[in-house]
Amino acid sequence: MDTQYTYHPDHLKNSESIHTSLTSLKRGEMIFNIGPQHPSTHGVLRLEVVTDGEIVKKVIPHIGYLHRCFEKHAESMPFNQIIPYVDRMDYMSAMNSEHTYAMGVERMLGITDQIPKRVEYIRVLVAELNRIASHFVAIGTYGLDIGAFTPFLWLMRDREHILRLLEWTCGARMLYNYVWIGGLYYDLPLQFEDRCAEFSAYLKPKLEHLETLLITNKIFIERTAKVGVLPLELAINYGVTGPMLRASGLKYDLRRVDGYSVYPELDFDIPIGTGAQGTVGDCWDRTYVRMQECSESLKIIDQCLVKLTNELKRDKEFNPRDLVPKKIRPKAGDYYVRAENPKGELGFFFRTDGRSDIPVRCKARGCSFVNLSVLPEISKGVMISDLIAIVGSLDLVLGEVDR
Amino acid sequence: MTTDLIFKLLKSCFGQKVMEINLNDQPRSIEITSQENRELFTFLRDNNQLYFDMLSSITGIDNGPEVNTMELIYNLYSIPFDSHLMVKIKLEDRESPIAPTVSDIWKTANWHEREIFDLLGIRFEGHPDLRRILLPSDWEGHPLRKDDVLQKRYHGIKVDY
Repeated sequence: MDTQYTYHPDHLKNSESIHTSLTSLKRGEMIFNIGPQHPSTHGVLRLEVVTDGEIVKKVIPHIGYLHRCFEKHAESMPFNQIIPYVDRMDYMSAMNSEHTYAMGVERMLGITDQIPKRVEYIRVLVAELNRIASHFVAIGTYGLDIGAFTPFLWLMRDREHILRLLEWTCGARMLYNYVWIGGLYYDLPLQFEDRCAEFSAYLKPKLEHLETLLITNKIFIERTAKVGVLPLELAINYGVTGPMLRASGLKYDLRRVDGYSVYPELDFDIPIGTGAQGTVGDCWDRTYVRMQECSESLKIIDQCLVKLTNELKRDKEFNPRDLVPKKIRPKAGDYYVRAENPKGELGFFFRTDGRSDIPVRCKARGCSFVNLSVLPEISKGVMISDLIAIVGSLDLVLGEVDR
Repeated sequence: MTTDLIFKLLKSCFGQKVMEINLNDQPRSIEITSQENRELFTFLRDNNQLYFDMLSSITGIDNGPEVNTMELIYNLYSIPFDSHLMVKIKLEDRESPIAPTVSDIWKTANWHEREIFDLLGIRFEGHPDLRRILLPSDWEGHPLRKDDVLQKRYHGIKVDY
């Protein structure tokens, strides 16, 4: 038995120790752990909480339970083989991560301008579909966290349609490996555009239902408004991005700011938090921003479909793999590329030596990782039930926190 | 402001501490000294022409035993000016690398620096809470160092499979 775990009472204490010393506790204070196996932590996140009765004094997140050595693996793999690993970082929005990664490598190779428009539009189409799916999980499980069960079922039902559409394109439901460096795995399947348009028409009224069912629900507002307020200045200092930053009132979306891919040609709004039910940057704002973003993504999908059925129509001669390079050997140098994921700014740092098609270093800047780091700051002095509401509103995917 | 101008401005304010500008990188990078550079970082954040208010990422790189250096790369972004800057630091002492913390300038650096300490063993002077973040606390070694040797067993489980 070569791989047998040997039991020792100190093992757990040494590997995942409690950070707060017991002697520093004041009268009436206690430490308790939420997670790593707890439904409201959305994965294997462990929160060490110091409380005085119901009041949270301090939160210390312990992460790393899902660490899969992305950066170490990336040191020994060619650029194109890293894509499946990128999928597994943020497994709720693999298309977006792939898109970012492929874009980064293309920029290093200097082939960004040569990518056919049809490929770019398909990429944006699938990325926006995936963004809706990711936000649906975020909103659905958030409702679940604070006791609303029905929205979760409704959203999972609608997300299923998206997963089936994406499964149709590449065969996988969650981890696609569809966006390749320089192109795509396949062109869209026949009649995909029609089905996608049907889905878009189907989803629009569903979003309105969601708004009445969850977002404007009185109980939901009571639980989330004025809770976990994240002031804008603090958010920027903590590097918080994505819907969380926008909910704090800044119109900052990398799709607009950087204008990568074909986003400058598309028309969409950037919803921001206004504090309609409480304070700017509270949990309600964050959820509402996500919900509005779903409608904006639908707008983008509709525009992509129009393009893909008219001027960039399907063509027998068109092969999305035409530009996929046989040898990926970028010039030596350091590169940082970033793009807007459903959760925030996903960044990749590459260092290449110009001699091999394996990166010297490939670092991923995960948005969930950075967004989680603000949690201890905004959950001081709240009730334990509010802590659950705050953690849910961060929209964490532990696969990306731990990488 | 272009990177050339930023470089000139920094050079005029900090002289020798600002070493060189690299035009091959995307975004262009500026290399600075590893000693006493906290003032420079504060300047980058607070100067009203630069205003790099967002620290996107910090990357640590081990250049291996032959080169015998480590590197830290800071990716800064200025939201109001929409400008990027990559700042590099070279750490000469590879055996016990140490760099000043920027976690009080940009709070996001706290976790980034902990991650670098965890995976590369670079210590950050003045960091409020420098401990492992991704690996278990009783893990031995820093896996992203080029000469790191994996421990044979961890709690009785064979590590190298």
